[in-house]
Amino acid sequence: MNIGQAIIEALESLSSNKLRSALTILGIVIGVGAVIAMLAIGSGAQSAITGSISGIGSNLLFVFRGNRSGDVQVIKPLTFDDSQALLDQFQAPSVKDVAPVINGSVSIVYGTEKTSTTMYGVTPSYQPVRNYALTEGTFITDDQNLGQASVVLLGPDVADKLFGRKDGLVGESIRIEGLPFRVIGVLESKGGGSFGSEDNVVLVPYNTARLKLLHRTQDRVDLIYVQAVGSAQVQAASDEVAQILRARHHTKIGEDDFTIFSQQDFVATAQTITSVLTIFLGGIAGISLLVGGIGIMNIMLVSVTERTREIGLRKALGARKRDILVQFLAESSLLSLFGGLLGIGLGWVISFVVGRIAAASNTPLTPVVGIDAVLLATLFSTAVGLFFGLYPANRAANLEPVEALRYE
Amino acid sequence: MPDAVIQVKDLKKIYKLGIVEVHALDGVTFEIQRGEMVAIMGPSGSGKSTLMNLLGCLDRPTSGAYALDGEEVSQLSDDQLADIRNRKVGFVFQSFNLLPRQTSLANVELPMRYAGVGKERRERAVAALESVGLADRITHRPTELSGGQQQRVAIARALVNHPAILMADEPTGNLDSKSGKEIMDLLLSLNRESQTTIIIVSHDPNIAAQTQRIIRLRDGLIEEAAA
Repeated sequence: MNIGQAIIEALESLSSNKLRSALTILGIVIGVGAVIAMLAIGSGAQSAITGSISGIGSNLLFVFRGNRSGDVQVIKPLTFDDSQALLDQFQAPSVKDVAPVINGSVSIVYGTEKTSTTMYGVTPSYQPVRNYALTEGTFITDDQNLGQASVVLLGPDVADKLFGRKDGLVGESIRIEGLPFRVIGVLESKGGGSFGSEDNVVLVPYNTARLKLLHRTQDRVDLIYVQAVGSAQVQAASDEVAQILRARHHTKIGEDDFTIFSQQDFVATAQTITSVLTIFLGGIAGISLLVGGIGIMNIMLVSVTERTREIGLRKALGARKRDILVQFLAESSLLSLFGGLLGIGLGWVISFVVGRIAAASNTPLTPVVGIDAVLLATLFSTAVGLFFGLYPANRAANLEPVEALRYE
Repeated sequence: MPDAVIQVKDLKKIYKLGIVEVHALDGVTFEIQRGEMVAIMGPSGSGKSTLMNLLGCLDRPTSGAYALDGEEVSQLSDDQLADIRNRKVGFVFQSFNLLPRQTSLANVELPMRYAGVGKERRERAVAALESVGLADRITHRPTELSGGQQQRVAIARALVNHPAILMADEPTGNLDSKSGKEIMDLLLSLNRESQTTIIIVSHDPNIAAQTQRIIRLRDGLIEEAAA
């Protein structure tokens, strides 16, 4: 008996027990649907996180004070001069631009409205390095920085809170920590980033922040952004920065009093976390697929027992072991294949709904149903059907014809 | 020299029930000629079912020789026996044993599926159903047929692969006397007109009396083989 014939007979047999077949399939549908949805949400989360890290800028290095891995005795602060030294074209040919930043928490008042937010003191190079765009106004200039001008750029959330609008704000006057500042522009929204909201901030000139708002007598910066010339030069830039800082801080190799992170480091860390999460979720979903497979085995065993006489008859008429085996394997595989196909649909629907819910709550998560996940689920569900169908089918094939015919 | 389709020599079948050995068949020897119609009779426990299972190649003897249609079959493997059953034996059962969800035609086609018959399958199945007088019941399912009609479908199924022997196990046991007589008449005419070798296992003396010869079994041995 050929395979096509076996499939037709299996379809007839399954359709004669519709409710039972449907319930058996349901187990696989839920299993496959869950696996696909979990993988889709996992990869969606991954690309959302990766995307928000890339949104910070491109080819960036982050230089912090201190060393997280070793216990270094003397930690010198990173200074503004340190950051300027990184611009040396001969010692650091891979560095394109540098943006030192100091920050602090400030309270802002406009009329009767009051809010507190994070203030960043930045130089003009902050705009190209961080890839910031303005919805109106102009960025901080060198003159404003050197002259400690009392000017401020508002993040869209701050503008909204103080003025109830995001445009027409240039020239308005607000008070930061009691000092009057003139608004010179509004930042474009960057959405929720990995380092908290990038919209609930204000930017002021570096020197203004240091001397007028934070009153730092010491020349100390909190973070230096370094932009590499290209994505291939990020590692080279990192090495050059390390070398220059070691020379300036008189530290030995292995006793750095600073830490350099690259964007790729963050991306890699985030990917590790989301991969573990995806595998974890997929594994749990896989358990439900396993349970579905056991459901198939259960039903096939019942079916073999019910049809013992039929098996005996088929053997009497000349069915070989292989014929019986193929017949029952075809049934279990079809069950799981249908389950798999419907499960792909279910997984897609779940992913779609999750994406909609995420969009409604402003979370940048778009589940991606990958073709690899679909193939994996289809293959896996059919394999489950074959595996869990093998034992019952084998039992049927090895029935003694005499015994089977006598079975009541 | 007569043409023997079944040659059985010192056939034994011993079942082990725990430590007790049951000699279901304790050495039987006989021949059945091509075209004969033979009845196997005996009380329950006489070994008649065991003999039928052995003759139908559903089981293997413990010892002894059995040649079916000139082929020694007593030591074949399961799949080889399946092949022999498919080509050389036609079964008719007391309870018909038709596949309930399939039409008459599909039921009759079943042995040919296992034989790997392709194109002429439908044609041959229709011809077999015509030969048992069911040309107008081809698309009916067993539930839509009377007991006698179901047994006719079963006979058509048994004959469709042109077997060397037709084994009928109590073929009229589940039928009323009228349908039972019709089935016996059909078997008799098949034997008379197509020279089909037919072996009927029965405990009904009226059925056995219509055959040419009766093999009587008692306690695993042949009582007499009347000619």
